[in-house]
Amino acid sequence: MTVGRWVRVSAVVAAVLVSGGCGGLGASPEDAPNALTTMGFGLPDEHATARVAVFRDRFPDTDLRVNEGAFDEQQFLSAVASGEPPDLVYADRAKLGAYAARGAVEPIDDCLRSHGVDQAQFRPAAMRQVTYGGKVYGAPEFATVRLLIINNTAVRAAGVDPATVSSTDWSALADLSTRLADNADGRFRRIGFDPKLPDFLPLWAKANGVELITPDGRGVRLDDPAVVETLRYTTDLVKSQGTWAAFKAFKDGFNDFGADNAYAKDQLAVMPMDSFYINTLATNSPDVDVTITPFTDRRGEPVTELGGQAWAIPKGSRHPERACDFLVTMTATDTWVTAAKARRDALAAKGRPYGGTFTANRVADEEIFTTVYAAQGNRILDQGVPIVRALQDDSFALPASPAGPDLIRAWQQAATRVLTGAQTPEEALGQAQREADAALDRVLGR
Amino acid sequence: MSRTERRAPWLFLSPWLLGFAAFTAGPMLVSLWLSFTRYDMLTPAEFVGTDNYRELFTDPKVATALGNTLFFTVLHVPLQIVLALVLASLLRRAGRAGGVFRTLLYLPVMTPPVALAALFLLLLNGQTGAINDVLGWFGFTGPNWTTDPAWIKPGLVLMSLWTVGSTAVIYLAALTRVPPELYEAAELDGASPWRRFRHVTLPMISGTVYFTVIVNTIASLQVFTEAYVMFYGNAQTEAGRDDSALFYVIYLFQQAFGSLRMGYASAMAWALFLVIALITALQVRASRRLVHYEGEVR
Repeated sequence: MTVGRWVRVSAVVAAVLVSGGCGGLGASPEDAPNALTTMGFGLPDEHATARVAVFRDRFPDTDLRVNEGAFDEQQFLSAVASGEPPDLVYADRAKLGAYAARGAVEPIDDCLRSHGVDQAQFRPAAMRQVTYGGKVYGAPEFATVRLLIINNTAVRAAGVDPATVSSTDWSALADLSTRLADNADGRFRRIGFDPKLPDFLPLWAKANGVELITPDGRGVRLDDPAVVETLRYTTDLVKSQGTWAAFKAFKDGFNDFGADNAYAKDQLAVMPMDSFYINTLATNSPDVDVTITPFTDRRGEPVTELGGQAWAIPKGSRHPERACDFLVTMTATDTWVTAAKARRDALAAKGRPYGGTFTANRVADEEIFTTVYAAQGNRILDQGVPIVRALQDDSFALPASPAGPDLIRAWQQAATRVLTGAQTPEEALGQAQREADAALDRVLGR
Repeated sequence: MSRTERRAPWLFLSPWLLGFAAFTAGPMLVSLWLSFTRYDMLTPAEFVGTDNYRELFTDPKVATALGNTLFFTVLHVPLQIVLALVLASLLRRAGRAGGVFRTLLYLPVMTPPVALAALFLLLLNGQTGAINDVLGWFGFTGPNWTTDPAWIKPGLVLMSLWTVGSTAVIYLAALTRVPPELYEAAELDGASPWRRFRHVTLPMISGTVYFTVIVNTIASLQVFTEAYVMFYGNAQTEAGRDDSALFYVIYLFQQAFGSLRMGYASAMAWALFLVIALITALQVRASRRLVHYEGEVR
């Protein structure tokens, strides 16, 4: 073959390749008028599948495309920036403020109003997380709270009645923690009390009478003396048991979601924890001897932080009306009740206990725990479920902030610096305050 | 040469050139522009001059991340080179079993980095991990590799040696190309094994060593995946971490997608580009004295 012929053949091949490649640049299925795409939402159980089924029944002409997979910030922001966002995004409520401040998600007040949704049905703490600048940016979904889970065997072995363990008396708790810890030669056999730092610092601060973020979300109180006192106390709880390096490594080795979890293996005595874990314990180690009790502030009043996800409509969504239909349907009372029944029945078929469905919708929860949930003789659920229900109504949540992720990172790293001994609480929180202020200034253009 | 013949190479090169322009050079130029802006991906970029570059010098985390990255590179590259050279020398003597050992040595390279990170997170756990259990058999109390700030980077270096096979097979190829008569001549002159290695093997494979030093250095300065998965991949792994595993590219990623500071992250990327270019230039300069190419006349 001559060079000239090679050139001609190559040109043809290149033209075919280019035209083939261009074939993918036309209208995508997501552009169809009846399409609806989601991001960050999966279909792991009946809570998801049954609600999606309700939507499909009500809106049969909608081509719903659930792109399963956990929420990926990079993927979401890239999609919005490139003008190809999904129609709906499902994300942690704590992230919404930052997206709202940058215009990455749209307000849904009109959507909720047009569907006659009574916003009062949602728990106030959940609404606080999705409201920024007076507008609502997300429909809150599940709701978890934080409470104490006590390993009765370990506590009784120390001569203490589990019913007397609480987070009210900080001095007594510190003494108990040291007594319950089992650590020899740098090797832990049991953690006495795990304050769950740095994640639970906002809860501890609230228990000490201060919220880390100001009500408008535009300021922080990280160097407040009460926060400094909180951080000193909680980090000392850890340090009195051993080094943070050993403490964390030991925790990292726990099998949280197995039958040989830290409570079952007596590796942990007491810990505040998210309420979903009650269900995990009840399912995987129903015989483990634990006491579930509210986390309390220093006056002895229950205090808990609400968490969960929300549905939001990204900027540039091609089908905002259908997206509105979807998020309203997914968070509606009757949809939740249908999902709860489906979940209960599916678990019963597998011989597993149903631990209830805890949502940010108070009306839905009332209906679920009246008509769907019933005590089943599972000791963990029977004591835990009523406590979770009681806590949900009085829960708090930090307000939506335009620099939410940066603020969280600032105080979490401050706690870590104290835990590792790199800084004192005053130094660490002073630095965190400056970092958080700088992040807020950047976002707000101050 | 006819006109058609002159054009032919460019036509064959054009797919790569188009790809390079669209997917490498283009984005690089855009990132250069972005590095002079404030850009959060969601609102239009705003020109801020050299603010981002000036902030690089005042941001303490940049210094920390750069220090961590250089620390890792200084430990990882020499260890990788020496270990690979030792393994390649042993492989060369493996005889008929060489194929099996070559395969075994290269297999770990095929492990996906995410799986590797998850595996080593378990192995390196200071309280429950297998590595400290093995050290315990010999009477040593191992450190908390994944949680003690002093041991996190050495632990990551240890993990990075898992993929030493890729460098070792390159050295093996180089070793097999050393003319045997050079060894025979050295042996006749009474050279010891060490002197034969020092004065025959090393000069003859110095070009290959130079190549692997440059490639490994650049890769080390861009270390990301394993450390990110182990320590920053999700809220659970990130909680309670100090900055001892905060490598430069991880911090760059956090600034870009965590704090939505694309302009600053772009400036960080260009600063890293300059650091890599500088280090590579120093290595190229050093190579003029240290690297020997067969047939080269100086």
